[in-house]
Amino acid sequence: MKEIILQIDASKSLPLGEVGGAVPLPHILFLSTALFFIGMYGLFTRRNMITMLMAVELILNSVNINFVAFNKFLYPGKLDGIFFTIFIITIAAAEAAVAIAIIINLYRSHNSIDVEGAEELKY
Amino acid sequence: MSASVIIFYCIAAFILLTGIAAVTSRKIFRSAIALLFSLTGIAGLYFWMDVNFIAAVQIIVYVGGIVVLIIFSIFLTQKSGEEMPKPLVSRVLFSLLAVLSGLGLIYRLISEYGFNNISKQPFNVEVSEIGTQMLSTTEHGYVLPFEAVSMLLLAAMIGCIVIALKASPNPSKGEA
Repeated sequence: MKEIILQIDASKSLPLGEVGGAVPLPHILFLSTALFFIGMYGLFTRRNMITMLMAVELILNSVNINFVAFNKFLYPGKLDGIFFTIFIITIAAAEAAVAIAIIINLYRSHNSIDVEGAEELKY
Repeated sequence: MSASVIIFYCIAAFILLTGIAAVTSRKIFRSAIALLFSLTGIAGLYFWMDVNFIAAVQIIVYVGGIVVLIIFSIFLTQKSGEEMPKPLVSRVLFSLLAVLSGLGLIYRLISEYGFNNISKQPFNVEVSEIGTQMLSTTEHGYVLPFEAVSMLLLAAMIGCIVIALKASPNPSKGEA
């Protein structure tokens, strides 16, 4: 009986670089990298402040995926990545609230939320 | 190929497609809805990785909070049925160039690195464990950042109220 259990455990050990359900960790990192650069593309091409804020949210989420994946697959004995994720989510919520307050205030004074229109502080 | 692998690639494709829709759609309301689906997909990815607490927080804070806030601000500031103007072709070209070169660089870095110290230990994230460690003052406790973040949230709340206050119609009185 014991031998059978040992055998099952041995057959479960995965080749290097593969985790859990045999998805390699680099594939999760490719996903978060792709999401980060999708957010960057949005930040570069959009000129509307609300859509730029959405792109920033995508970027922050890709960082969170990285933190959780590294914590789960490289250091499962600790919880540091989880805590960083929680703090990033909190700070992102505060940032979104302040940004939207500023955007609505800007709309009241300028009637537009295009970044090209908000250049009073430039000179 | 096990079911878990197939589920992962489905979730990944869903997140990326809705993410692309969120940054390229020219109707701002559709863009917000695509962002909502992308964030929900990321919550699904957290469920796939067995971190249920983070997945719940993701749904509550992002999907229930931030996206609703964004949709309200769209209603307050935009004509949501109208299409936004197309971005300049040169800007699209150069952004694509920058983004693709960055993506290629990071892709190469990750695939070269290899990650050969994958741990086989089970990953146990009980909510009680998170709570205990969050408020402990010992070596691996996180009570100091917890307090710092609580001050930040208070400051952000007061800041939002001050920014969003209507200027008084009679500025000579000097009070808002």
